[in-house]
Amino acid sequence: MTIAHHIRTIIAEQAVLDLADVSLDSRLDALGLDSLGLVETIFAIEEAYDVSVPFNANDPAASGFDLSTVGSVVMAVERLVAAKAA
Amino acid sequence: MRRVAITGAGTVNALAFDVAGTLAAMSAGRCGIGALEMRDVERLSIRIGAQVRGWEADARFDRQELTLYDRVTQFTLEASRQAVAQAGLDFTGALGLQAGVVLGTAAGGLTTWDESYRAVYAEGKNRVHPLVVPKLMNSAPASHVSMQTGIRGPVFTVSSACASSNHAMGLAFQLVRSGAVTAMVTGGAEAMLSFGGIKAWEGLRVMSPDGCRPFSADRNGMVMGEGAAVFVFEDLDHARARGAGILAEVAGFGMTSDAGDIVMPNVEGAGRAIAAALRDAGMAPEEVGYVNAHGTGTAANDRIEAAALRGVFGPALAGVAVSSTKAMHGHVIGGTGAIELLACILALRDGVIAPNLGYGAPDPDCALDIVAGAAREKPVAAVLSNAFAFGGLNAVLALRRA
Repeated sequence: MTIAHHIRTIIAEQAVLDLADVSLDSRLDALGLDSLGLVETIFAIEEAYDVSVPFNANDPAASGFDLSTVGSVVMAVERLVAAKAA
Repeated sequence: MRRVAITGAGTVNALAFDVAGTLAAMSAGRCGIGALEMRDVERLSIRIGAQVRGWEADARFDRQELTLYDRVTQFTLEASRQAVAQAGLDFTGALGLQAGVVLGTAAGGLTTWDESYRAVYAEGKNRVHPLVVPKLMNSAPASHVSMQTGIRGPVFTVSSACASSNHAMGLAFQLVRSGAVTAMVTGGAEAMLSFGGIKAWEGLRVMSPDGCRPFSADRNGMVMGEGAAVFVFEDLDHARARGAGILAEVAGFGMTSDAGDIVMPNVEGAGRAIAAALRDAGMAPEEVGYVNAHGTGTAANDRIEAAALRGVFGPALAGVAVSSTKAMHGHVIGGTGAIELLACILALRDGVIAPNLGYGAPDPDCALDIVAGAAREKPVAAVLSNAFAFGGLNAVLALRRA
């Protein structure tokens, strides 16, 4: 499974949507992912890739981990995975 | 209905191991938050907290006591000892039948859970200490206070997350006011700064990695503390008749539920609790000179608390000094309202408003008269103490100068 496909799967599960309804350009807030869903999504990503996502719910923008769209999450995870391998 | 006096106070927290030291630290604006010291701290992403340092449990309690007293019970017993000594009440006789204990804690003997799980899961041991259950139960501190003092009336623990000790003190107030008892030992404690406790909080992503800055535009989360504060609430006439010193009068209590979200606070529910406390006390908003805010330093709480205060106080809010003292003693979770009641006593008795440390820049969403940086001298006749818990459980106390 590619990272993109896997992240879509994780987000679809958290948002209780069909995978087909979660595309790379979907905005997370538009998918109905609330703050708890977001925290659970990040946990699932951390567990799946053994990475640490720098996310603080008080100041999401400051984390440098772009959570605006599914595609931006995929890119951020790809960066973390690459950094871990390096 | 009876009136209710506070005739004794005791505490153990990151600022000091007694009330005098704590009030001095609050007046001086001293911060009790620092680098956490514990086993495996390098595996934590949150490494700051308001820890009780230099406690030396081994020197305070004998071996048999230590097998029964989790850290949360240790803090409670010391705070209770101080409070009862100051009140000068003897509960071993008939008064003990007319007195109770109600304490608040969110997590009870969490350190005992943590250490026992480590033993059986991580270290592969097949047994834990035989007295783990009576040590970790949430009501253990209340039971031990009862046993140490001889109090034999209503004794129990309430648990409502971050509002636990305000709910406890509110119930104690109601029991004394109604005439059901003559005196209550009440307050709360928390000792959640264990490895597992912090791991649990880290997951929520609401903790600040670098400091507690309530109501400040640059706030980025809460910082956890630990400790206890315990008070003696007494029938005011009973206290006067025996010539007891009165620290303050508990005048009203309001509690509500949001029936909304398990983590997000709510303006309407918080506002109803504030209004209920004022109404219960027969207190006009104009009387209130100080509000000890819940002020956790999270983005959501502080914005919503400010909106709730604006909604209830309206124009009268201009005359209300506000501070969250959590930037000094940390967020003591189920014990936090009790420790914050000490700041209310400081304001009422000494006319000193404890400062809101870490206030760097105003947030337009938190437009309040924040007592930033240093304590403010201001005589106040009435105060409120807010607590708004996860799960939408709100508890607000109203107090008057003695």
